[in-house]
Amino acid sequence: MGWNLVRVWTLLVYVFMFAPVAVVLLLSFNASQFGSFPMTGFSFRWFVELAENEAILRAFRTSIVLGLLTALISTTLGVLASLALVRYRVPGANMISTILIAPILVPEVVLAVGLLLFLNFLGIPKSFPLLLAGHVIFTLPFVVLVVQARLVGIRRDVEEAALSLGASPVQTFFEITLPLLMPAVLAGGLFAFTISFDDITGTLFWKPGGVETVPTQIFAMLRNSISPEINALGTVMIVMTVGLPLLGAAIARRMAAGRGA
Amino acid sequence: MTVEAREARQPWILLTPAVSAVLLLLFVPLAFIAVYSFWLRTATGADQVGFYLDNWREALGDAFYRDILLNTLKIAAITTVFCALMGYPAAYFIARSRGNKAILLLLLMLPFWISYIIRTMSWINILGVSGAVNSALMALGVITEPIQMLYNEATVILGLIHFLLPFMVLNVYVSLEGIDETLEDAACSLGATRWQTFLEVTLPLSLPGLAAGGLLCFVLAAGTYITPLVLGGPTDAMFANLVFEAIITQLNWPLGSALSLMLLAVLGALVLLYNRYLGMAQLMKGLG
Repeated sequence: MGWNLVRVWTLLVYVFMFAPVAVVLLLSFNASQFGSFPMTGFSFRWFVELAENEAILRAFRTSIVLGLLTALISTTLGVLASLALVRYRVPGANMISTILIAPILVPEVVLAVGLLLFLNFLGIPKSFPLLLAGHVIFTLPFVVLVVQARLVGIRRDVEEAALSLGASPVQTFFEITLPLLMPAVLAGGLFAFTISFDDITGTLFWKPGGVETVPTQIFAMLRNSISPEINALGTVMIVMTVGLPLLGAAIARRMAAGRGA
Repeated sequence: MTVEAREARQPWILLTPAVSAVLLLLFVPLAFIAVYSFWLRTATGADQVGFYLDNWREALGDAFYRDILLNTLKIAAITTVFCALMGYPAAYFIARSRGNKAILLLLLMLPFWISYIIRTMSWINILGVSGAVNSALMALGVITEPIQMLYNEATVILGLIHFLLPFMVLNVYVSLEGIDETLEDAACSLGATRWQTFLEVTLPLSLPGLAAGGLLCFVLAAGTYITPLVLGGPTDAMFANLVFEAIITQLNWPLGSALSLMLLAVLGALVLLYNRYLGMAQLMKGLG
């Protein structure tokens, strides 16, 4: 009896989580000219309008470039640091881990204010570099956590074998460690990209006037009223942010399977 | 250089970029706004460098800021309690189900990947004047005029729960998975009912996960300003909204610094308390 109650409760929780998202998907195909019920027919017109909206396309380009650069820098920093923490016995490793995790322990608003005021003081105003610095710093902890978790599973003796067979440390890193590490690197990069792509809290503080990312563009559009275009944009975002990680996971599994064969 | 010396230096070379990035882009800026909060905004031109207590007097003394801070903590607390009440049974179901756990967990993780702003705004489609609920009620003839359900404190809390629930479920799930199931079997075989076993064995052992999820929900809820802007009314500002107002709208950076530090002090104290009694390990498990 109790178990059935838990089962029904869980079902309701899933409905609660997914109903609003389902409604966004549904309404984005609504033929009606208002972004709301009732559904008057099935149509792709809002996606067509989306593709013709210059402001939204610009926001997409900004978000993608920002996300890619964030992923590149954040993953590089995160992988190097994780290697040090997992592979070496570093004095004060706990302290260092805490420092690297700190950006998620500080409320993002406070981080945003600090970075904005400090870099402005150094002569870097609201700009793309400021945005990039901000995105790197708050994605870094996630990369470190994800990469560390995967790194622990890679055996050290393969590298030692390469070294004892005469490979240099640099050769060993590029020919042994990095290929073994690739799934962790990709997972970290994907995580960083998605978090950057999704961010609005810090971005609203750092973005210069006139520059919009996709979330800030949606936020600006919400000021008017909810148009069907926003629902269509939401659908595109959902497909991108849910589809990409699933694709990434599939690729990672394939790569792992390929190596196993 | 000896091999040992090179070995000893290597980790530091690897760590330097990441650690210096965090120090330079987080710790130094926090120290900087601590200094900035004692400067003074002037009506024209640059902020006055000096040691003025005006901002702190305003931030700490003005009842306006205190009331909004207390209200923010109240909203965060309510959100956290609801996340726990809704999330714990769901996590328990996933952890103890005989079905496909991976799929159940993946489904619950999906919202993590769906944009926060989209998830927040999606409630307008549900509760808005021409949203799903009003349309359904009107079609059924229950009401003739749409009910105004949006833009109040309740919808802000609803949006926050929807945003934060996965954090709670994931943390509780991780700690439930860590429990040795033979302990529960032992309790049952010694005559405890399933309910007793849960209360006396499972629940106490899963408290660290519940605490970790609770901390995340509380801290993230208390630091938000987007949800009140999208789902709240004009009087539903939370503390982070005041920070945003001061920094972005009024350009009063010294006051904004003081307000930011107040928020950091309150939420930071919570994190430190948590770390003191439970340690960070549980939190990292849930995040990784």
